[in-house]
Amino acid sequence: MEYLNIVFQEVYKILFLLVPVLVSVAMVVWLDRRVWAFVQKRQGPNVVGPFGLLQSLADALKYIFKEIIIPSSSNKVIFILAPIVTMTLALIAWAVIPFSATQVLADINVGILYLFAVSSLGVYGIIMGGWASNSKYPFLGAIRSAAQMVSYEVSIGVIIINVLLCVGSLNLNDIVIAQQNMWFVIPLFPMFVIFFISALAETNRPPFDLPEAEAELVAGYQTEYSGMMYAMFWLGEYANILLMCAMGAILFLGGWMSPIDVYPFTLVPGAIWLILKILLLFILFALVKAIVPRYRYDQLMRLGWKVFLPLSLIWVVLTASYLFYFNLLPVN
Amino acid sequence: MIAHAIFFYTFSIIAVVSAIMVTASKNTVHSVFFLILDFISISCLFIMIGAEFLGMIMLIVYVGAVAVLFLFVVMMLNVAQQKNQWFAGQQSSRHIPIGLIISTLIFVEVIIVIGGWKYKPEIFDINNSISQVSISNTHSLGQILYTDYIHVFQISGMILLVAMVGAIVLTFRQRSGVKRQSYIKQISRERAEGVEVLEVQSNKGVKLDD
Repeated sequence: MEYLNIVFQEVYKILFLLVPVLVSVAMVVWLDRRVWAFVQKRQGPNVVGPFGLLQSLADALKYIFKEIIIPSSSNKVIFILAPIVTMTLALIAWAVIPFSATQVLADINVGILYLFAVSSLGVYGIIMGGWASNSKYPFLGAIRSAAQMVSYEVSIGVIIINVLLCVGSLNLNDIVIAQQNMWFVIPLFPMFVIFFISALAETNRPPFDLPEAEAELVAGYQTEYSGMMYAMFWLGEYANILLMCAMGAILFLGGWMSPIDVYPFTLVPGAIWLILKILLLFILFALVKAIVPRYRYDQLMRLGWKVFLPLSLIWVVLTASYLFYFNLLPVN
Repeated sequence: MIAHAIFFYTFSIIAVVSAIMVTASKNTVHSVFFLILDFISISCLFIMIGAEFLGMIMLIVYVGAVAVLFLFVVMMLNVAQQKNQWFAGQQSSRHIPIGLIISTLIFVEVIIVIGGWKYKPEIFDINNSISQVSISNTHSLGQILYTDYIHVFQISGMILLVAMVGAIVLTFRQRSGVKRQSYIKQISRERAEGVEVLEVQSNKGVKLDD
């Protein structure tokens, strides 16, 4: 009986986290389209509900009632598993995101490594989908994204090392608390810029959306998918984008901490501050989508390996030597 | 304790079954997917015994990077056909004795390691002392790796670097006649050298390429 109670409590907690995440993913799709439209002097989705807020709901309904087509020559098990893997990986990562000092589902010691591991597994959904479709466009898209995501993961890993040098712990709450006096975006500003661009590449967002470049590959790895399975890919993608924004907010923008430590600001709960920071980063993502043209593939690889990786490595050496010289290394 | 046992047996059964399926499945890509499943369940086992850092590094390095490249190669090359040939041909029985010898050797080695570990009592003391001091897994690993074993650690890193440089040197070839884009050249072009204004007389035209 006791076990059952514990299990139910955990299930409630998980639902209390997952339902808001899924709803905000739907809302964020609307926000993305809206920002994109405003940059191009269009209106964007504004018909369904007030300001078009219910547009994503209408889209979801449409996807649910559409037929799921499974190509006859596809590898059926892997074809069906691919969107499930994408969606699951995008959602399980939220378990370690701290919304305040106490509001976190799993306060594990290696939180940042867990986040990094889950985001690096995200490539499997795409590869599985692309390979199992047994068709040329999805396969090319999958190959492209495999190379792209592995390349940019390297620089994200090195950037995380930069932050960890200043914190001295892998726990996400410790990382947030270490920014009490100064957000890491100020001393590590170049790393923040590189992190942001690498996050764009990691989530296959424009200008790095080569895996699904519609002019060359129809829809990339999603070409053969339809109905709810396509929608799951799409939800997983946006959940991943939100996750990368959350990661950026925690690593560089002080997580759930209020920007200034004075009376009226400290009243606002930490979850609100974190959501505001995630939204700020997401709007930047949406703006980049609207204003930057797509990279060529060799330019993408050059940027990842020849520019970002050396820069972030040099910055690791700089940070480490600065901290060592001024005796600021966090030792406990 | 019961819950712990249930989780342990679930993960270890998945690990063993998927390890068998890596060799047993006929489709090469399926083999790689089973290998990934194996890696993931083993990292879960690492986390269960408290080695959270090792478990996560296993996920990041093996599953996140090595297996992706593995999958990449298996998908690009037509390994599937070659593997089918192995299964179809009669010669496959030749590999069985070698495989048996290697697996027996590994088995004996594992037995020896476990035996030696069991008869060395200090290790248990160290285990106990670690659990008493409230220091995380990652910290204790770092304290050992960067103090007592710093030279071994650095040398293994150098070996990896040499292997990487060697692989690049072996596959690198200089091709002639390839047009390369030079960003500096493109950006530093001035209007004077790029544009020329000509007087064009009617019925005569101009010659541009000279």
